[in-house]
Amino acid sequence: MTGRNDNVIGPVKRFFKSLLLWELLAGMRLTGRYLVGNKITVQYPEERAPMSPRFRGLHALRRYPNGEERCIACKLCEVVCPALAITIEAAPRADGSRRTTRYDIDLTKCIFCGFCEESCPVDSIVETRIYEYHGEQRSDLLMTKEKLLAVGDKYEQQIAADRAADAKYR
Amino acid sequence: MIEMLQSVLGGWGVPESLVTLISILVKIVAILLPLMIAVAYYTYAERKVLGWMHVRLGPNRVGLFGHRLWGLGQPLADAVKLMFKEIVIPSGANKFIFIFAPILSMAPALAAWAVVPFDDTKVLADVDASLLYILAITSMGVYGIILAGWSSNSKYAFLGAMRSAAQIVSYEIAMGFALVGVLLAAGSINLGEIVRHQEGGFLHWYFVPLLPLFVVYFISGVAETNRSPFDVAEGESEIVAGFHVEYSGMTFAVFFLAEYANMILVAALASLMFLGGWLSPLEGWSFLKDTILAFLTAPSMIWLFGKMLVFMFLYLWFRATFPRYRYDQIMRLGWKVFIPITIVWLVVVSVAVVTRLSPWFDAA
Repeated sequence: MTGRNDNVIGPVKRFFKSLLLWELLAGMRLTGRYLVGNKITVQYPEERAPMSPRFRGLHALRRYPNGEERCIACKLCEVVCPALAITIEAAPRADGSRRTTRYDIDLTKCIFCGFCEESCPVDSIVETRIYEYHGEQRSDLLMTKEKLLAVGDKYEQQIAADRAADAKYR
Repeated sequence: MIEMLQSVLGGWGVPESLVTLISILVKIVAILLPLMIAVAYYTYAERKVLGWMHVRLGPNRVGLFGHRLWGLGQPLADAVKLMFKEIVIPSGANKFIFIFAPILSMAPALAAWAVVPFDDTKVLADVDASLLYILAITSMGVYGIILAGWSSNSKYAFLGAMRSAAQIVSYEIAMGFALVGVLLAAGSINLGEIVRHQEGGFLHWYFVPLLPLFVVYFISGVAETNRSPFDVAEGESEIVAGFHVEYSGMTFAVFFLAEYANMILVAALASLMFLGGWLSPLEGWSFLKDTILAFLTAPSMIWLFGKMLVFMFLYLWFRATFPRYRYDQIMRLGWKVFIPITIVWLVVVSVAVVTRLSPWFDAA
């Protein structure tokens, strides 16, 4: 339908359309609809967005149910860490088993990629759902082995439940 | 109320001239205080409406007296914050002009309110040529912007100032022509007279015979006040904040007070000149006369404020809807669209006035 008719009607139609502000009014109608529509804001401290069990937040070191720490100081996480945020030192313990003597994660370096968790053969280092933490000085953001184990002890129930929920996709 | 004050002061033996001075000062405060509050809450309304149009909620945390109240305390918190912030003066700036520029943009925005009639009788200065006064005084505002941009000694500020100067000068012409149409129609350049000529229900208001001028006037008003989509003088995404990049604290706030006061002024003028000011849209609906709704047909300040609110809302609606015009597009719209339209319509209005077209011009 591109005849001679169109060559005349098209520009004339366009002229009147722009003169009568047609497109502008159409735009205003759209924003006007949004003005009265539902708002999607999540009011953070009172309301929270849903969170996946795979959420990668603050790190934790887990223990076995008998209280023995899982980490066997294989250093796979240290090797895989792209931000070089993990520092591990290991030595044989009195009972002959190999355990870490130092396990630091520098949260100021960490990019929360989750590779450490993926590489861990014993599910020891994990990332929890905790995201509201802060430090008043830089050293507060250096997670030592004690701090990591404390987080793991405190949230073990949730950590275990999240791993169980995700287990069939791994 | 003013008469009461005058008689009380006169009773105390205060000299006549001093009584006049005091009553004028009282009137000024009575206009400016509500205006300042309106400006503060206009910023709040802007953030709310923009938020809603973005499917957000807008400010809703800063309440009053321990209650949240939908964030109604926000403007007060903003004001306190801005007052306590440091005024940074760039080392290369011309200090005097740098401080003077915001005052220069604020003063005309407030001075223009002197001749705005709120009611048949309520006007601070009922000068004969009030429309001319408005035109003269509002064009002063651009000096504040130009001087701010120049004295900052910054490229971005200077670019913003030059854009603003060119834009305001071009739109002043279209705006002036639109006002010429109004004064042709009313046969007067007194704002009160212009409103009185529109008596007789909403079909008698000038927005009907002057529709193109009305549209051109309001759009030019948006451009004059440097508001989106004509905010190239600010242009956050290109020249950071345009003429007020270097401003901080209260000097920065004064620019915004001026901008919002100007927006309210344009809304007031548009309502006065095209929508019958304080006149009721239901004027002449005689069947309401004996009912309790009779007050709706009476002229009142409330009608003026209602009409102003419509325009003030349109400002926010525009900002939420339209992307910023490119600079050359602004110039094209001003010079090649608005000015021809206004000139053509001036001819139409002149013919209508000469032929005494009913119902608008039969009295003129």
